[in-house]
Amino acid sequence: MNLLEDIIVLDFSQFLSAPSAGLRLADMGAQVIKIEKPGSGDICRQLYVSDVMVEGESTIFHAINRNKQSYAADLKDEEDLKKIKSLIAKADVMIHNFRPGVMNRLGLDFETVKAINPSIIYAEVSGYGNEGEWTGRPGQDLLLQSVSGLTWLSNNNNDQPTPMGVSVVDILAGAHIAQGILATLYQRAITGEGALVQVSMFESIIDFQFELLTCFYNDGNELPVRSKINNANAYIAAPYGIYKTKDNYLALAMADIVQLSGLIGCEELKKYTDKSDWFSKRDEIKKVLAVWLARETTDAWIAILEPADIWCARVMNYSELINEEGYQVLNMDILVKTSSGLQIKTTRCPIRVDEKILTSSIGAPLLGEHNQQIEKQFLIS
Amino acid sequence: MSHLPLRGLIVLEFCQYLSGPSAGLRLADMGARVIKIENRKDGDGCRQLPIKNLWVDDNSLLFHTINRNKESFAADLKDPADISLVKKLIEKADVITQNFRPGIMEKFGLGYEAVKEINPKIIYAEITGYGKKGPWKDKPGQDLLLQSMSGLVFTTGNAKDNPVPFGISIADIICGAHLVQGILAALIRRQKRGVGALIEVSLMESLIDFQFELLTTFFSSGIVPKRSAAHNGHPLLSAPYGIYATADGFIAIAMATIQRIGNCLQIPALKKFQQEDAFTRRDEIKNVLSENLVTKSSDHWLTKLRADGLWCARVMNWKEMQESEGYKVLQMKQTISNSEGKKITTNRCPIRINGKRLFGENPAPKLGEHNEKIIEELIFKSVV
Repeated sequence: MNLLEDIIVLDFSQFLSAPSAGLRLADMGAQVIKIEKPGSGDICRQLYVSDVMVEGESTIFHAINRNKQSYAADLKDEEDLKKIKSLIAKADVMIHNFRPGVMNRLGLDFETVKAINPSIIYAEVSGYGNEGEWTGRPGQDLLLQSVSGLTWLSNNNNDQPTPMGVSVVDILAGAHIAQGILATLYQRAITGEGALVQVSMFESIIDFQFELLTCFYNDGNELPVRSKINNANAYIAAPYGIYKTKDNYLALAMADIVQLSGLIGCEELKKYTDKSDWFSKRDEIKKVLAVWLARETTDAWIAILEPADIWCARVMNYSELINEEGYQVLNMDILVKTSSGLQIKTTRCPIRVDEKILTSSIGAPLLGEHNQQIEKQFLIS
Repeated sequence: MSHLPLRGLIVLEFCQYLSGPSAGLRLADMGARVIKIENRKDGDGCRQLPIKNLWVDDNSLLFHTINRNKESFAADLKDPADISLVKKLIEKADVITQNFRPGIMEKFGLGYEAVKEINPKIIYAEITGYGKKGPWKDKPGQDLLLQSMSGLVFTTGNAKDNPVPFGISIADIICGAHLVQGILAALIRRQKRGVGALIEVSLMESLIDFQFELLTTFFSSGIVPKRSAAHNGHPLLSAPYGIYATADGFIAIAMATIQRIGNCLQIPALKKFQQEDAFTRRDEIKNVLSENLVTKSSDHWLTKLRADGLWCARVMNWKEMQESEGYKVLQMKQTISNSEGKKITTNRCPIRINGKRLFGENPAPKLGEHNEKIIEELIFKSVV
């Protein structure tokens, strides 16, 4: 039995944050129904990236919304709203990521929904929570990275603030709302009671930084200082970083500088016998190391370092990664097919259950593709 | 409904450092009783791993940050007497988490098959670096190495930069989050069907999943993501998406059409670009923006952008964030006292349940602090 078999999720959300939670629930066995606006649907359908399009829709829409169904409904139309309320009466979970106030205006706020279905799990993702001056601001990934201090952690110290090049805030907020939904579904399985679960992107991106923020709070509010060169973490000593080699790059995690200098034959580093210097003098150590490591190929260094149990790795891009046996053995790639026959290659759910990978070949739905089927299933008309 | 949905659950955490323990922290904050099973000699390696040489007591501030709200049971897993105690705890437990390298728990006689014999309904959840098969299975599961091998370091920074890692342990944190999801979903099934489960995640699979949008686009186009020459915000996105210097700071601008942004900021040089150019000529467009934005203050530009409903923000550091109304109203901080009354400030759980914030003010445990209590409550009482 799939972990979430028989769980019905109504997903009113758009873009990435909450829809990524819906995807996870779908992959673990839930029936996830996207409730979309007739005509345009989830705005993500039109969000093309890198000018890459699949069936006139964006690749990322297909990646985020595979294994889901689509029910088109105009929430401002009385008839449609009535149908939605009938669906709500039978659903286990509903998710939305509208800006604060929108669901109240539509008459689908938690109190109203609870009156229809007292055992529902009502989950919402906002940008900045529901109180205070920032509630109306757009909950957009780059903007959240920018206001949360996150952009001062990556890249070198003289570089501009550098955002992380993946939508990390959306993805974390999605992961957190999925956790909250699952925890309350567990309690509901015991008590039968519903719950309200809320996550904001701002709280999620603060939580992401909890280790470093805790240092900041307890250390007289000292701001992070990235290393001048080869920075990988503002709080970790040399050699921690990525270095250019003769032919490529080499990642080096924590290591004993003296041992390292012996292994790579770099006399100049032998003098750093005091461990505290590895942090306080990390810029000068990294500078020497960067020059030295450029003399040989990545393979040559790995052949020396790996047998000595120094934590190191080749740096790979996607083309290199997918050709590695270590990647292929994971079986991360899946092919999904839309109802119009289009095949798309994407990646599967990262969780394995009872030694099985979780896969599905169902592609993202066409807008409103499942209206009839769902009305039949839930006996509404 | 309680705002602590996992109340009553017992989790045994055979984990060190960040990935597994961050999962334990989340479960604890949602109400579970999380017991760290630690070796008698020095326990979780994180106890002696400081950041910036910050210590609370015998243990680092980092350990306190990740392990608050948990208990500690010290046991030598090579000692038969201790193993038999641990097995008695397993009888009472709902969940086990472990992040040893493949094969270690089996050596202790605590692999899934053995544990299932003791407690068939247990949820056994494990984290590895690279899965349990293939040429990478014994490689160290270390965050920077995973970032480097998974292509992630080519998403951040500008085109001419070296590969740029995320300055936070993203692999550990995202993998811990996935483990929690698997555990909770398995608990739901157990409640309905009475069956246990084996849940497995790896740092590599979690980081690949994290990049699923980029990878799907790569599979479709065959082109590896390219960072823009300057102001890269996301390798897949068009201009203006990125961070720009102003006369007195930095601002971030998210998605907007070229025409709207040109009109709003009154930059005539943007007029020569069409919307079709937004991705292919993003370097030139960003360059024009950059030359203009640096001439006036952040406030000047933000006022204009906000008036037109364009998505923008001031780039802040933690001090500035801390002073902002938007941060204060969240109440993300909590203060915790260790057993000697020493106070530390840290963050709370980011999830709210039934309108309540989840605070967990119990401090991280001393090594073996709860052995007696746990034996009394979970082993002795159940025998009598």
